[in-house]
Amino acid sequence: MAINWFKYASPATFYPLAGRMLPWFVWTTVVLMAVGVYMGLFLAPTDYKQGEAYRIMFIHVPAAWMSMWLYVVMAVYAAIGLIYKTRLSSMMAAATAPTGALFAFAALWTGAFWGRPMWGAWWVWDARLTSELILLFLYLGVMALRSAIDEPGRADRASGLLALVGVVNVPIIYFSVKWWNTLHQGASLKFSGSAMAPSMLWPMLVLTFAFWSYSFVTILLRVRCEILERERHADWVIDLLDNGPSGNRGR
Amino acid sequence: MNGVAASPAGGGLVAAIGGVVRRDVLLAMRRRMDVLTSVVFFVIVASLFPLGVGPEMATLRIIGPGVLWVGALLASMLSLGRLFASDYADGTLEQMLVQPNPLSLLVLGKVWAHWLSTGLPLVVLAPVLGLQYGLGLDTLGILVVSLLLGTPALSLVGAVGAALTLGLRGGGVLLALLVLPLYIPVLIFGAGAVEAHISGLGAGGHLALMGAFLVASSVLSPWAAAAALRISLD
Repeated sequence: MAINWFKYASPATFYPLAGRMLPWFVWTTVVLMAVGVYMGLFLAPTDYKQGEAYRIMFIHVPAAWMSMWLYVVMAVYAAIGLIYKTRLSSMMAAATAPTGALFAFAALWTGAFWGRPMWGAWWVWDARLTSELILLFLYLGVMALRSAIDEPGRADRASGLLALVGVVNVPIIYFSVKWWNTLHQGASLKFSGSAMAPSMLWPMLVLTFAFWSYSFVTILLRVRCEILERERHADWVIDLLDNGPSGNRGR
Repeated sequence: MNGVAASPAGGGLVAAIGGVVRRDVLLAMRRRMDVLTSVVFFVIVASLFPLGVGPEMATLRIIGPGVLWVGALLASMLSLGRLFASDYADGTLEQMLVQPNPLSLLVLGKVWAHWLSTGLPLVVLAPVLGLQYGLGLDTLGILVVSLLLGTPALSLVGAVGAALTLGLRGGGVLLALLVLPLYIPVLIFGAGAVEAHISGLGAGGHLALMGAFLVASSVLSPWAAAAALRISLD
C-alpha cells in the first residue's frame, strides 16, 4: 500500500485530518489517564522503603520522559522544516514547544514534591535536575525567540535552528545519572529488563501512554489554530470560515 | 578582494580570516570604551558580592571561584550584542555573505577577535580580583587556565545566540534567555575545576572536559552561527 505522505504535508489537507484524529486521542487520553491513575493510587502496593509518597513517580517519570521525547520531536520537525522548507513541519515544531515545556515543568515540580520527603530537600543541585532545568530553559528560549520575530518564515527558521542547537542537552539529561553518580537514582527501567515490580511498572507505562496521547491532543489543537492563523488569507480557510466545515467532520 | 576571490581555498582564506580578525580588533581598539565597559562590569560585579555576602574571608574563599566565573560569563554575554550589530547596521555583514569564502570561517574570525577584545581582558583581570577573595596563587593559576579554556567557548556559543537575535526588538534580554542555558555546562566545569583543585581532587578532569567543549564548540558553533546569520539577513 503506497501512502502519499506528502499529501498531508499541506496545511489544507492536514487541518481536516487533525480534526478527525482529535476525538480519538481525546478518548484515549481520558481512558488511559483514568486507568493509570486508578492503578497507581489503588492497585500498586505501598513501597516498603518509600511509603505512599513514591506514587508521585507515576506522574514524575512519564512527564520527564515526555519532556525529553517532545524536545526530540520538536527538533526533528524543526530540522525537516529547515531542510525541506515545509511550512507544516515548522508549525508542528511551534505547537510542540509549549506542551514540552509543560512536561518539563511538571517533571521538576513533581520531583520537588518527591524530593521533600525522600531527600529532605525540595531541590538539590544534582546533574539530572540541573539538566532538566536547562531543558525547560531551552523550551522557553525557543518559544521566546519565536514570539520575538514577527515574520513567520524567519521565526520558524530561527527557532528551529535554536531547537537543533539545544538538542545536545537531551542525551546529557538521559545519561546524567550514569555519568555523574549523584543523588538522583539511576534508571529502574531498561530495555534489557526492569528492576520494578510489575504492579508498579504498569501504572507508569499506562500513564506514559496517557501523557503521550495528551501531547497529541494539545499539539493537534494548537497546530490547527496555527494553521488557521497563518493561512487565513488562503482560499480554503476563507471558504471554511464562511461556509462552515464542508462534509460532516471538523470542529 | 580580487586575490581572495581567485583562490578561495588556499592562502586567500587564511588572509580573509586574518583580515576579519585584524579589522575587528582594530575597530574594538578604536572604541575602547565599549571594551572597557564589560571589563568594568566584571570588576563591579566581583566587588558587589563581598558587600552582599559579608567580608568573612572563609566564606569568600569558598564562593570566590564561582563568583568570578559567573561575573566573567555575564560580562562576556553582555558584550555579545556588539559581535554582529555594527556590521549588520552598516551592511558589512551582507558583503561577507556574498563573498566567496565560507561564512562560517569568517564568523570564526569574528568570534576570535571578539574574544581577544573582551574575553582576554577578563582572563587577565580575574587573578587580580581573585586576590580580593583570598584565593591562593596555585588556585589563581587554575582559575586563569579554566577561564582561558572557557571564555573562548562562551564567545563561540554566544555567537549563535547573537546571530539569531540580530536586529530583533528586546534583543538583549532575549539573547540572555537563549545563551545562558547553553553556558551552564561551561560554568559548571569551569568553576568546578577551581573547586576540585581547592578540595585536593585535582583539576585535570574538569580542564580536559573544558578543552573538549572548546574543540566541539569551535567546530560546530561557527557553522550554526553562519546558518543563523543567513536566516537573520534573509
